[in-house]
Amino acid sequence: MTGRFEVDVFLFGRHRELAGAAVISVELAAGGTVADLRRTLSGHPSLGSAVEGSAVALNRRYEPDDSPVVAGDEVAVIPPVAGG
Amino acid sequence: MTVARSPAARSASDGVVVAEVTEDELDGADLLRRMGSTSDGAVIVFEGRVRDHNSGRSVACLHYDAYREMADEVLRDIVREAIQDTGVSAIGVRHRVGSLGPRSVSLVVAVSAAHRRPAYEASAYVIEELKRRLPLWKREEYGDGTSQWLDGQMPPVGSTDAGPEPERRGE
Repeated sequence: MTGRFEVDVFLFGRHRELAGAAVISVELAAGGTVADLRRTLSGHPSLGSAVEGSAVALNRRYEPDDSPVVAGDEVAVIPPVAGG
Repeated sequence: MTVARSPAARSASDGVVVAEVTEDELDGADLLRRMGSTSDGAVIVFEGRVRDHNSGRSVACLHYDAYREMADEVLRDIVREAIQDTGVSAIGVRHRVGSLGPRSVSLVVAVSAAHRRPAYEASAYVIEELKRRLPLWKREEYGDGTSQWLDGQMPPVGSTDAGPEPERRGE
């Protein structure tokens, strides 16, 4: 099947300010990966390249580009972190 | 009011006294009082505080933002790794979010152990790892009304247990 699905993507820090939203909805093709999510987000009018230098967390774990994204995943784009 | 057991004793099963991101004011002395059993000869606390300057600019306040749900899990993972790798008895860590003025405490890490060396190692491990992995950000606000998000570190991809082993030093 070649269905598409939507996931809510949590944004933080400067991404949240750029996008003017804490959550945005992204449409992915079934079988899509973190890399596909990045590609889609890089076409966002205000986020654009800011996503390049960021990590992606699925279900609260940092995931590599080849990890699949499935409907219902908790998805977040994580800009470089600065705790302390 | 009955205080039959100390908070540290209540959580002694895994040694994680507390591991959380909070909006509440932090106080190292408060956390320190919750640490340590009769077999712990070394109990230490670290407070991270907001500086009034950074990179030559005067800082009015720091605003901390976090991915709260994930941050609590990452903190707990880091604390468990530190306990496992250094053998300390217990660790408590709290990181504050919100707007903090100079001298405010943004981070407290307390460790209790039989001996000082593993206590210091565990404290350093927790701090270094949370700087690498904790999904938390800070925006500096300056005296002139401008502000900027500070550059951070790219977190390691893969399992949450991605940190390096703490270096084992010879006796």
